[in-house]
Amino acid sequence: MASGDMAASGAGVEDNYLTHSHGFKSWFFTLDHKRIGLMYLVSILTAFFLGGVFALLVRTELLTPGKTIMDAETYNRMFTLHGAAMIFLFIIPGIPAALGNFVLPIMLGAKDVAFPRLNLFSYHLYVAGAIFALASIAMGGVDTGWTFYTPYSTTTNSHVIAMTLGAFILGFSSIFTGLNFIVTIHKLRPAGMTWFKMPLFLWALYGTAIIQVLATPVLGITLLLLIVERALGVGIFDPALGGDPVLYQHFFWFYSHPAVYIMILPGMGIISELVSVFSRKHIFGYKFIAYSSIAIAVLGFLVWGHHMFTSGQSAMMNMIFSALTFSVAIPSAIKVFNWLATMYKGAIHLDTPMLYALSFIFLFGIGGLTGLFLGALAVDVHLHDTYFIVAHFHYTMMGGTVIAFLGGLHYWWPKMFGRMYNETLGRIACLIIFVGFNTTFFTQFIMGSHGMPRRYYNYVPQFTPYHRLSTWGSYLMAVGFFLMAGYLLHSLFRGRKAPVNPWGSATLEWQTSSPPPHDNFPEAPAVGDPYDFSNLEYDPSLPGYRRRGGPKA
Amino acid sequence: MSTHEHPDYLGHHFETPQQQYDSSKLGMWLFLATEILLFAGLFCAYSVYRSNHPEIFVYAHQYLDKTLGGINTLVLICSSLTMAWAVRSAQTNQRRGLILLLSMTLLFGCCFLGIKYVEYEQKWKHGLLWGKRFHPHTEETRSHEKTAPSAVPPAIASQPAPVAPPPPTGEDRSLIEAAPRGPAGLAAGAIEERKPGHEGSRPSNVQIFFGIYFLMTGLHGLHVIGGMSVIGWLLVRSVKGHFTSEYFTPVDLGGLYWHLVDLIWIYLFPLLYLIG
Repeated sequence: MASGDMAASGAGVEDNYLTHSHGFKSWFFTLDHKRIGLMYLVSILTAFFLGGVFALLVRTELLTPGKTIMDAETYNRMFTLHGAAMIFLFIIPGIPAALGNFVLPIMLGAKDVAFPRLNLFSYHLYVAGAIFALASIAMGGVDTGWTFYTPYSTTTNSHVIAMTLGAFILGFSSIFTGLNFIVTIHKLRPAGMTWFKMPLFLWALYGTAIIQVLATPVLGITLLLLIVERALGVGIFDPALGGDPVLYQHFFWFYSHPAVYIMILPGMGIISELVSVFSRKHIFGYKFIAYSSIAIAVLGFLVWGHHMFTSGQSAMMNMIFSALTFSVAIPSAIKVFNWLATMYKGAIHLDTPMLYALSFIFLFGIGGLTGLFLGALAVDVHLHDTYFIVAHFHYTMMGGTVIAFLGGLHYWWPKMFGRMYNETLGRIACLIIFVGFNTTFFTQFIMGSHGMPRRYYNYVPQFTPYHRLSTWGSYLMAVGFFLMAGYLLHSLFRGRKAPVNPWGSATLEWQTSSPPPHDNFPEAPAVGDPYDFSNLEYDPSLPGYRRRGGPKA
Repeated sequence: MSTHEHPDYLGHHFETPQQQYDSSKLGMWLFLATEILLFAGLFCAYSVYRSNHPEIFVYAHQYLDKTLGGINTLVLICSSLTMAWAVRSAQTNQRRGLILLLSMTLLFGCCFLGIKYVEYEQKWKHGLLWGKRFHPHTEETRSHEKTAPSAVPPAIASQPAPVAPPPPTGEDRSLIEAAPRGPAGLAAGAIEERKPGHEGSRPSNVQIFFGIYFLMTGLHGLHVIGGMSVIGWLLVRSVKGHFTSEYFTPVDLGGLYWHLVDLIWIYLFPLLYLIG
C-alpha cells in the first residue's frame, strides 16, 4: 500500500498521528495503536501520581513513632492503595501497554497491531478497572495490603469486592494486550524482519506477553473466588468452612510472581536498546539477551513458592523453590554482563536516557542480588516480612522497572510528541531521583535487617533515624519527579522540534518522521541489523543523525 | 506491495486474507489457552481438596444426578457435532445448512442450560449448597419424595429411606463398591443403614464439595451462555449472508470456542459425577 507520500526525510511531513483527526471521539474510540499507547501513557502516569501521593503520605506518617498525621486505620488503607494503584494501574500496564503499544508495531515495520479493536477494548477495560479501583477508594478504600490475603480479606469490612473486581478487569486488559503482541510478532513481521533481526525490546515484550497470557487468567480465577467467597460465603479459602487460606496464597503468587517479570522484562528490553544506542556500539551477545528473556519468562512460573517459605510449606518444597529461585539469577546476570560488555570500549553518550540505563544497571544489580538473600531459606526466616523485603522489591520494581520506564519515556518522547525536552534539566532530575531513591530505600535494607517489620504503623524509637532518612529521601524523589513533569510538559509547547533520529538509533521507528504519520511509514522501511550504527552520521543542521546508504543486513 | 484487490473484510494492516486468517486463528488459540488456565485454578482447587479429603468427595458426589449429567454430556457432544458441521457448511458456501446447523447448536445449548437449571433447583430445594448456605434438610427431602417422587434425583432416591429401601440399581452398586476405600463411615453397611439427615454419618465439611461443584459448573454455565451469545451473533450474520467460502473466520473461531466449552464439560462430568 505505497501511499506515494515520499517525504521520507520526515521533517516536513504535516500529517502525523496526532493531527490526523480531531475531537474526543477520534481519540477515545481510535484504532490507532499510537493513540491507544498515548492514552495508556496518560492514564498510567495519573495512576503513578496517585500512587506516589499515597506513598508520600505513608512515609510522612512514619516520620515519627506513633501518630504523625493519620490514625492506624487510615495508614493501613494508605499503604494498600499505594501498592494496589502502583502495581495494577501503573507498573503492570506501564511499559507494555503504554510504550509497547506505541513502539512495537513501528519497530516491527507493521502498520498496526494484529487486532486493533481488541487493543482499544483492552484500553476500555483498563479504564473500567480503574473506575472500580477508584470507586473502592472513594468508598473508603481497602486495608488488606495489595495481596488481599485470606481470611482477613474475606472478613474485613473495607471495600475489597470493588477493588478486586477492578483488578480482575485490569487482568483481562493485560491478557488482551499480551495476546495482541504475541500474534503481532508472529504474524505481522514484514519481509526481511526475521526473529533475529528484531530489536531486543520486542523479544522482551514477547516474553512479557507470554507471561501475561499464561499467568493472568489464574489471577482472574483467584480474585473471582475471593469475590464469590466474600459475596456468597463459598468457603474455599475459609478455614471455618473447611477451606484452606494457604491455597489462596498459592493461587495468588502463581500469578503475582510471574507478574514481577511482567514488570521487569520489558524494562530490561528498554535497557538493551538504550545501552547499545548510547554506547554507539553493537549490542554484545544479542542471542543470549533474546533467549534470556524467554528463560526468565519460563523460570518465572516455577518460583512462586518462595513467597510462602514461612507459611507452612513442607521443607522439601521450600528447598525446591529456593533452588529454582536461585536459577532465575542466571538469565538476569547474562543480561547484565552483556550490557556491560556492550558498553566496554563504546563511545558512551551520557544523555538522559543513558543516565537512566546506568541507574537501572546499578539499582537492579542491588535489587537482584538481595533477592538471592531472600531466596536462601535460613536467611529468609529472619528477613521475611521486614523492611528488607520492602527495600528489595522497591529496588527491582522502582529502581528497575520505573527507572527503565523513565529511560524509555525520555528515549521515545521525541518520537511520540515530536519535541525535544530540556536535556540539562533531564539529567538533573535523573540525578535527584537516583539520590532520593537510594536514600529512601537503602536505609530500609538496614532497618529491615535490624528487624523492623513491614506494614507496621508504629515502631520502637531506635528505628527513628532510619525512618527519618527514608522519608526525606522520598521527598527528594518527589522533587525530582515534579521537575521532570515540569520540563516534559514544557517541551510539549515550547520544546525544540525533534529530528527524525535524534539519538542515532538503527531501529525502524527512527526511520519515520517524529511524530510518525497515521500509517507509521510513508513507504515500507528497509529492514537491517537493529544495532549497526556504522552508516549513521551526525548532521548538525538537523540536528540529528542521518543514514548514509542502506542498512547493513 | 499488493495494492490490488483488498476485500472489505480485510483489515487495512493486513497484506492478504491468509495473513488475517492465520492471525485470527493464532489469537483464538491463545485466548483458549487463557480460558483453560482460568478453569485450571478450579481444577487445581478440586485436586487439592479431593486428595486431602477423598471421603467428602466420595460421600457428596452421590447427591449429583448422573442421569441428567449424562444426558447433558450427550447434548453437548451433539452440539459440538452440529457446530463442526456448521463450520464445514460455511467453508462450502452452504448458507441454508449453516443457518440450520447454527440454530441446532443454539438449541442444544438451551437444552443444556435447561437441564442444568433443573439440577440446580433440586440442589437448592434440598439445601445442598456451598459453604455458609449448606443446610441439607433431608427430612423435607423424604416428605418431598413421597409427594412427588419424579422430581427427586436418583442419587437422593437411592439414599435408603426407612419406608421402602429401593432396589439397588447399577449405579448404586458402583457406589457401594467404592465406599470401602473411604473412611469407615463410608463402608457399604454404613451407607445402607444411614438415616438421611443424621449428622454423625456424614463426613465433616461436605459443603466444600458443593462449593466446588457450583463454582465449576457455574463458571462453565457462564461460558455456555457466552458461547451461545457468540453463536447467536454468528446466526444473525449468516442470515445476512456475511459468510462465504472466502471469508468464514468468525464461524471457525466461534466453533473453536464452543468446542472448548464442550471439552471442559467432558472433564467436569466424570470428575464431579462419576467418582468412586
